[in-house]
Amino acid sequence: MRKMLAAVSRVLSGVAQKPASRVLVASRSFANDATFEIKKCDLHRLEEGPPVTTVLTREDGLRYYRMMQTVRRMELKADQLYKQKIIRGFCHLCDGQLLLPLMQEACCVGLEAGINPTDHLITAYRAHGFTFTRGLSVREILAELTGRRGGCAKGKGGSMHMYAKNFYGGNGIVGAQVPLGAGIALACKYFGKDEVCLTLYGDGAANQGQIFEAYNMAALWKLPCIFICENNRYGMGTSVERAAASTDYYKRGDFIPGLRVDGMDILCVREATRFAAAYCRSGKGPILMELQTYRYHGHSMSDPGVSYRTREEIQEVRSKSDPIMLLKDRMVNSNLASVEELKEIDVEVRKEIEDAAQFATADPEPPLEELGHHIYSSDPPFEVRGANQWIKFKSIS
Amino acid sequence: MAAVSGLVRRSLEQVTVREAINQGMDEELERDEKVFLLGEEVAQYDGAYKVSRGLWKKYGDKRIIDTPISEMGFAGIAVGAAMAGLRPICEFMTFNFSMQAIDQVINSAAKTYYMSGGLQPVPIVFRGPNGASAGVAAQHSQCFAAWYGHCPGLKVVSPWNSEDAKGLIKSAIRDNNPVVVLENELMYGVPFELSSEAQSKDFLVPIGKAKIERQGTHITVVSHSRPVGHCLEAATVLSKEGIECEVINMRTIRPMDIETIEASVMKTNHLVTVEGGWPQFGVGAEICARIMEGPAFNFLDAPAVRVTGADVPMPYAKILEDNSVPQVKDIIFAIKKTLNI
Repeated sequence: MRKMLAAVSRVLSGVAQKPASRVLVASRSFANDATFEIKKCDLHRLEEGPPVTTVLTREDGLRYYRMMQTVRRMELKADQLYKQKIIRGFCHLCDGQLLLPLMQEACCVGLEAGINPTDHLITAYRAHGFTFTRGLSVREILAELTGRRGGCAKGKGGSMHMYAKNFYGGNGIVGAQVPLGAGIALACKYFGKDEVCLTLYGDGAANQGQIFEAYNMAALWKLPCIFICENNRYGMGTSVERAAASTDYYKRGDFIPGLRVDGMDILCVREATRFAAAYCRSGKGPILMELQTYRYHGHSMSDPGVSYRTREEIQEVRSKSDPIMLLKDRMVNSNLASVEELKEIDVEVRKEIEDAAQFATADPEPPLEELGHHIYSSDPPFEVRGANQWIKFKSIS
Repeated sequence: MAAVSGLVRRSLEQVTVREAINQGMDEELERDEKVFLLGEEVAQYDGAYKVSRGLWKKYGDKRIIDTPISEMGFAGIAVGAAMAGLRPICEFMTFNFSMQAIDQVINSAAKTYYMSGGLQPVPIVFRGPNGASAGVAAQHSQCFAAWYGHCPGLKVVSPWNSEDAKGLIKSAIRDNNPVVVLENELMYGVPFELSSEAQSKDFLVPIGKAKIERQGTHITVVSHSRPVGHCLEAATVLSKEGIECEVINMRTIRPMDIETIEASVMKTNHLVTVEGGWPQFGVGAEICARIMEGPAFNFLDAPAVRVTGADVPMPYAKILEDNSVPQVKDIIFAIKKTLNI
C-alpha cells in the first residue's frame, strides 16, 4: 500500500497535464469480485433461507450502480417536471423528495438481478423504475409521463400504465395486479417453460381481499408466483400500524412460505429473489417476499409526506440506509471500483436523463386523430364517437 | 322441390342452446390448445347448468379448471393468463356474481389495449347466464347488458337461439379482445334446428351484426336474448290481424349494429325495442337515442317505444315476477300503441 501511494504521488507530481483521476484509474487494477455479508432473512414456513454471503462481480456492481442511479435520477427528473407542471395527473415516484433522496431503487434493480429477462413482472402504480429495469428507455418513460407521442404507450397511458415485454404494467387499481400476476404465473405453468412471475404490491394493498383469493388459488394450483410485498411502512398517509392487524406481511400468505428481506440492500434483494425464483421453478408453488423499504417521498407528488410523520424520522432513515450509498461504499472499500469512476457514471447518467427530459419536453403530443385508436386489437377500422354525434374519430387496431 | 326439402330436412338437427354452447366450446378447445375454461363447478360437476358437460372428462385438469368461490380472484387470474398469451373462457355462474369481479373485467381487461397504446391485447371471454330466471329473486335476476355495453374496449354479445349461441361463443373465443357473452338460463334447455352449415366446425356468427329473424313492413321490433322469442310470438299473433312485424335479433350489444335497425325503421316507419333489463339507461334507451341522431328519425311516424323489465328489483312471488318482465301481451300492446291501433 505504501509503495503504491508513493508511486502514485510520483506520478501525480510528475505528470501535470493528464487529469489525476484518469491516471489513477489507468494505473490501478481492481478486484474482479468480492464477497459480502448480507442480512439474514426472517423465514416463515421455510427451513432454510437465502445465503448470508454473496459474491458481487465488478461488472455486476457497476451495472447495478448505473441502473440504480438512472432510476433515481429519472425519478428526480420526473419530480422536477411535475413541479413545472409538464407532467400532469398522478406521479407516484419511487425515489425520495427534498435534498437527498433514498428509496426503492434497490427493489427494482435487485429483483431484476435475481431473475431472467424471460421471467415476468407485474406491479402497481409506482412503476417507472420497473419499466426501466424491464427494458424500456428513460426517453420513452419520461415522454409517456409528459404525454407525448414518443411515450412507450404513445401518450395513451401515462404514469400508471406502461408496458414492456414480460412487464404487465403499471396498474392503477390497488391490489388488482395481484390476481393478474397469479394468472400470468398460471400461463407460465401452462406453457411449461420454467418461467416465474414476480407479482408486486405494497403494504397498503396487502389488506385487499383479492390478494388472499390469489394466495389461495396460487397455492392450490402450485402456480410459479413470487408474491412480493414492498413494505414502505405507509399506505398513502396511513402507517402500517393503523392499517393492518398483522404487519408481518411475509407471514400473511399463511400456508405460503415467506421471507422478510432488507429492501434497502440490493444484494440482499438479489439473493432473496434468486432463492424465491429457484423455489418456484422447482414446482413447489408460490412463495412470498416482504421487502422492507422506506418511502422518502410523499405517497405521490401532491403529498409532501410530512403531515403523518416527522421530519426527524425521514432524516434518520435517509442518513442510514441509502441503497446507492450502500453499494458505492461496498464497491469502493473492496476495490471493485473507484470513487472517480462511479462519479463518471453519475455524470453519464445525468446526461442521459437530461437528454431524455429534453426529448420528453420537446416531443409533440399525440395527434388528435389517434384519440380513437387501440380500442380493439386485430379488428378492421371503425368509427368512435366524440363529444357529440358529428365528431367522429377513426379507430385503428 | 320435394327432393330438395327432403335433403334439407335430413341435415337439420335439433340442438338445445346448452348443447350449442357446449359444442362451440368443445370445438374451440380442440382447435387451439391455448383455450381453457375456468369457473365454479365447470369441471367435475359438468357445470352448474351443465353447459360444460363432458369437457373435463375430455380435456382434463389443465384445461378445465374448477375454481374456489372467488370471483374477483379468478377473474383477475383469467385476465392475467390472457395477457400472458393464453385464451381463457372465464365463466361466472351467473352474471350477478360478476359484480364482485367487475373491476377486473373493466379496468384490467377492457381498458388495457387502449391504455397500453396497442401493446397489450387481452383475448378473454367472460360468459354465463344473465338476466331473469324463474323465482330466483332480486339478487339473482339482474340484466347486465347495459352496464357492460356501456364500456369502450369490451365486446358484448347476447345470443337468443342455438345458432346464435354456438356461432357467437366461437367468434368470442377467436376474438383477440375481451368479450362478454350474456347467455340466458331459461333458454339453455330450448331446442332449435341447427342447419348443417351451423353444425360445421368453422361456423361463426360475426360479432357486431344483427339478424332479421322475420321480415315485415309495418313496424320494426328490436330485441336481444330470450325476448326475441316473445317478439316472434307477438308477430305471429299480430300477423293474423294483418300487422306484419319486422323482428330484429340484435345478437350483439356492443358494437351495436345500428345500421340494420335504421334501414328497417326507414322501411317500416315505426320502432319498438324489447329487453329484459331495467328501463333507465338501458339498451332500448341507447337505440332510441341513436335513431334520433341518424337518418331514420325523419322516417318515424310515431315516437319510438321501449318495452323493458319493470323498474323494480325482481320480486319473488310468481304473479309479481311475471309482471316484472316483458310478456307477449306487453309487446303486442306497445306495438299497437305505436301504430295507433
